This record gives sequence, structure tokens and C-alpha cells, in this order.
Amino acid sequence: MNKEYEVVIIGGGPAGLSAGLYTSRARLSSLLIERGLVGGQIVNAELVENYPGFPEGISGLELTQLMHQQATKYGLETLLAETTGIELKEGQKVVKTTEANFIAKAVIIAGGSERAKLGIPGEKEFTGKGVSYCATCDAAFFKGEPIAVVGGGDAAITEARHLTRFASKVIVIHRRHQLRTSRILQEKAFAEPKIEFLWNTIVEEIKGEEVVQQLSLRNVITGEKFTLDVAGIFMSIGFKPNTAYLKGVLPLDAAGYITTNEKMGTEIPGIFAAGDIRYNSAQQAVTAAGDGVTAAIYAEIFIR
Amino acid sequence: MSKPITVDDANFDQTVLQAEALVLVDFWAPWCRPCLMLAPILDELAEDYSGKITFTRLDVDQNPKTASRYQIMSIPTLLLFKKGEPVSHIVGYKPKAELKRDLDTAST
Repeated sequence: MNKEYEVVIIGGGPAGLSAGLYTSRARLSSLLIERGLVGGQIVNAELVENYPGFPEGISGLELTQLMHQQATKYGLETLLAETTGIELKEGQKVVKTTEANFIAKAVIIAGGSERAKLGIPGEKEFTGKGVSYCATCDAAFFKGEPIAVVGGGDAAITEARHLTRFASKVIVIHRRHQLRTSRILQEKAFAEPKIEFLWNTIVEEIKGEEVVQQLSLRNVITGEKFTLDVAGIFMSIGFKPNTAYLKGVLPLDAAGYITTNEKMGTEIPGIFAAGDIRYNSAQQAVTAAGDGVTAAIYAEIFIR
Repeated sequence: MSKPITVDDANFDQTVLQAEALVLVDFWAPWCRPCLMLAPILDELAEDYSGKITFTRLDVDQNPKTASRYQIMSIPTLLLFKKGEPVSHIVGYKPKAELKRDLDTAST
């Protein structure tokens, strides 16, 4: 027998946790399925300074732990498992996971996204040998060494700033001619003497013997090719939505994102999507939380 | 009850390298959040693989000698040792099901 819930939420970041808070308070039996640990990507943020209500900032881990506590208090259940598919059967939705299958009246997909890979030669071979996807984890291994950061968004610049505490210098390599971050972050990055910028530049190959030693770069405007000696390269080039298991269930755009209407509804009645997994999401913890709440409210209307 | 054993620079050779059984070493540090996320999963896996794989953890901050000996430059890194030699190398946080697949492949 598959266990039944009124609402199954896939993903335990700010979107899923906020959805769970609202569905639980609506007295809908609710299950949240998380494949890693509750909190989502934001647990990697040392300090979240833009979540309203925390003027001194709060760590991403603590913020999401509080969200989880709050939702659990009202009855949200949590299961650690990987979702492997959703099947539609006679008006019911069957959510399949690595642990068990569940029947739901409504499903809220809030599985977020994960760090994208560049897919260039050397990237895979040197992962863990100088190629890193987590600056807070690995910065300390590069004391006094030059490091590259690839990317120009909020995450890239936040990481570049963190890396200055350890590296001799930090070279930000960005394929555009300007950053895509909040002004306050840009000002801080430009004022940091250890951070240098290589604009309109892409990485073509990562080279080294056993560990990363050199990057092959190309200026995308002039076509000029050159090299840069670094001990490490931190990837921060954006995200890939966690929607592989949804192919054939829901229409996805070319990048894999889910398109929703203003009620967070998808093309299938009773299946909602919230947070970073949505096409054109603002990719903020606050907006993800808002999406989750919207989805929860319309899920309740759908069910009752 | 099988729980991961804490190892350090001083007892690494004896506990890990000279062990008869397969030994998994979790290279971690307290500042690394994915490491903290991985820890409870490894606690569970230590139970599941009890008698097959010995689970250990090494704080890279306190034990730089061992960390640099195996060129650890990214954490969490999991190294699986068989008779003193690393036979499998897993970098970064992974969900439990995926880790199980990796361990099953490496230990058979």
C-alpha cells in the first residue's frame, strides 16, 4: 500500500519549507521529501544579509533550520529520499522515491537547482584537485596562492570576497563586460585590492600535473588566447534545475526549468512548482519562500 | 552500533592503512557546511555497512599532514582504502542513495 498525503512537497529549501508551513497550517496532511539535508542550497551561505527580518544577517543553515522547525511544529512530515518520478493514475498523483511511493492530491515541486558545470577539458579530472564548487569549504586549501573564480553573479562575487581571506589574489573571470550582482556587492568587490577582473573572458581548458596549475583562456571579443597560472579554480557559473526525473511528466524549457502561471500552477492541474526550479525565478530565498506560499494556497484551493 | 571513528595524523597508518577490512575516510572540517550535511548520512551508512566497511573521519584542519599526503584540496572528500591503498575517491556532498551506489561499486 502506498501511503497517502493530501500534499507532497518535493525539495526542502526555502520554497518547500514555506509551502509546508502553509499546507500544514491549512490542516492538509503534508509530506516534504528532501534528497540531501533540509535547507537546500542556501545552507552553504555563511551569512544571508538580504532575508527580511534579520538585520544582522543569519547563516543559511540556521535560517532554514528555523523554517523547518516552524513547519514541523504544525505537522509537516519530512522524509529523506530522492524523488525518481511522478506518475498520474486515475486523477491521483503517485510520487516515486528511493524509499517508498506516495499518493498525493496535490504536488508542489520545489527541488531547486544545483551548481552548473562548465563542461570543459580538465574540469572533471581536477575536481577535488584544484577545481572546486564550494568556496567556503575549500578556500583554506589555497593559502597564499592565486585563485580564479569563474562567474559574475552574486554567488561568484560573494565567493571571491571570501577567498581573499586566504588567497594571494583572486582573479574573477567573467564572460560578460559587467557583473550581474547587486550594486552593494559590486562596490565591495571593486574596492577589494586582492580581487582582479578578467572581462569578456572564458576558460577553455584546465591544465596541470596531478593538480591544477594553469588555465587556457580566450577573450570572446578579440579572440585572443592566453594562459593564467593559478592553484585553484572556483566555479560559480550558474545553476541547473533538478528536473531530470520530470522529463515526460511536465513540459520543461530547453534549460530544464518549469513554466508556471501566477498561481504557481503547471500544465497539470494539482501539480505546482515553486522557487528556483521555475522558469524566470528571481533565485532569492525570499522569492522562493513567496512562491512556496502561493503554491500552498492554490494547492489548498485545488484540493478543497 | 557502528559509528564512524575519529582518526588523526598520529593513528592514521595504524587505523586506516594497516586495517584488514575496507576503510572509508571522510576528510572534513567544521567550517564546511556540505561536510556537516554529509555527517549524519555517513552515520547511517556506517550502520548499513557494518562489518564490511569501517567508517572513519579526519578533520583536515587539525591533521594537515594526512590531508596533504592525499592531496585533499576539496572537502568533503571520501577516500576508500583497501589494504593501505586508496581505491575510490568521492568529492563533494552526495545524497545517500548515490553514495550507496558508489560504495557498492567500489567494494565489490
